[in-house]
Amino acid sequence: MSEILPDRRYAKSHEWVLDAGDGTVTVGISDYAQESLGDITFVEVPGVGDTFAAGEVFGVVESVKAASDLYAPVGGEVIAVNEELDAAPETVNQSPYADGWIMKLRVADAAQLEALLDGTAYAAETA
Amino acid sequence: MPDLQRTSLYQFHVDQGGRMVDFAGWEMPVQYKSILEEHKAVRERAGLFDVSHMGEVDVTGPGVQAFLNQLITNDVSTLYPGRVLYSPMCRPDGGVVDDLLVYMREPNVYFLCINASNIAKDLAWMQKQAAGFDVTITDRSSDYALLALQGPRAQDILQSLTGAKLPILRYYHFQEGTVAGVQCFISRTGYTGEDGFELYHAAADAPTLAVALLRAGESSGLQLSGLGARDSLRLEAGHPLYGHELNDDLSPIAAGLGWTVKLKKPAGFIGAESLAAEKKNSERRKVIFFKTGDRRIVRAGTVVLDASGETVGSVLSGTLSPMLGEAIGSAVVPAVIANDPLHVDLRGTSFNLQLVKPPFVELKKSA
Repeated sequence: MSEILPDRRYAKSHEWVLDAGDGTVTVGISDYAQESLGDITFVEVPGVGDTFAAGEVFGVVESVKAASDLYAPVGGEVIAVNEELDAAPETVNQSPYADGWIMKLRVADAAQLEALLDGTAYAAETA
Repeated sequence: MPDLQRTSLYQFHVDQGGRMVDFAGWEMPVQYKSILEEHKAVRERAGLFDVSHMGEVDVTGPGVQAFLNQLITNDVSTLYPGRVLYSPMCRPDGGVVDDLLVYMREPNVYFLCINASNIAKDLAWMQKQAAGFDVTITDRSSDYALLALQGPRAQDILQSLTGAKLPILRYYHFQEGTVAGVQCFISRTGYTGEDGFELYHAAADAPTLAVALLRAGESSGLQLSGLGARDSLRLEAGHPLYGHELNDDLSPIAAGLGWTVKLKKPAGFIGAESLAAEKKNSERRKVIFFKTGDRRIVRAGTVVLDASGETVGSVLSGTLSPMLGEAIGSAVVPAVIANDPLHVDLRGTSFNLQLVKPPFVELKKSA
């Protein structure tokens, strides 16, 4: 059974969003996603300053098995990326909700957060 | 997963947390914990694999040596009881039906190990080629289970469960004996590039043997390992995999297995003329092995480009080498350009293919 944290929201494409409450969010992939992918070997992160619309591809996560696109759960401007993942992509396997975060965004439209799944709905989605 | 076959270790895999996937029609564990960790365990300590999906065939009778020497490209006449031989089995056009191991048990009694995905095709092919030879071909695939114990500590682990004298059992040799009370063919072979053993035994005994091996290996760091690690280990070692480096369109000459093609066998063999011609053909293709210096995996099917951006070939296998921490793979290209600068494009980024003569890592195989 994969872990789902109640403090964040989830996209059906398995990214999570944690609202910092100051107009910025942190984005990563869920425990379910990292477990399905298996050993993660490479994470392609965007550049700081890049902007994405909700649903747009912002990066790629690669495992031994497959390469999967990452979709922006909400639109916004990238204000930070996790540089550690370049040398240690397996951090996403080991700590998908903390050290394995992928990027931080300044959110364009906070209403988009409400459109995402809460933990309960995401648990139903991945059951 | 409907209609998939299961080995006699299916429940064992599920109990051990194996992630079961469809492999060539079999429900097999691709990994237990992590492909990368399982891979490293085999290189540094030992790994245990269930490869019971592989096919086994008895070939017996007074005509067996002549038959096998027609059937396969390598030379069976070099065998003696207890010796194992690797060989491709080709069609008249040189394409590969399968690659296999030949075990000589005694004169006129041989045993073959074939790929799981090819069992039905191989048996039909062998039966057809057997016309005119006094031989009996018997499919034993469902009678046998096969466990592979691989890695530098394999001998110590296995020795604790058997009276067989393992230090004198040489590479590509086998003997019959008991392991944890289970009757086995103990074969010093494997597909990982490491020292190790493959244990053929009655399918019903597999759970007993697997548990005994796991227990015996506990203090040595033995890791139960899945087919994911098996694939990355064989690619790092430079071993071909049927369907990738060898197939019905890719001959042993192209695959760099010329050493297994004995064109001087007096009675000839199926595919000999085509393979001899291919050897001399300046337009032949060649399987190359490469690394890229980057972690992004170059997956099978990726096109290979020359300096001018023309498509000149395609990738056959690709993974991340857990030992090197970079992408490794194989590709097929025209032999004449095999040493030219080649590259691939991955999502808009270009990566040069650095030619490597495998193995990709230093291996300490037993003598």
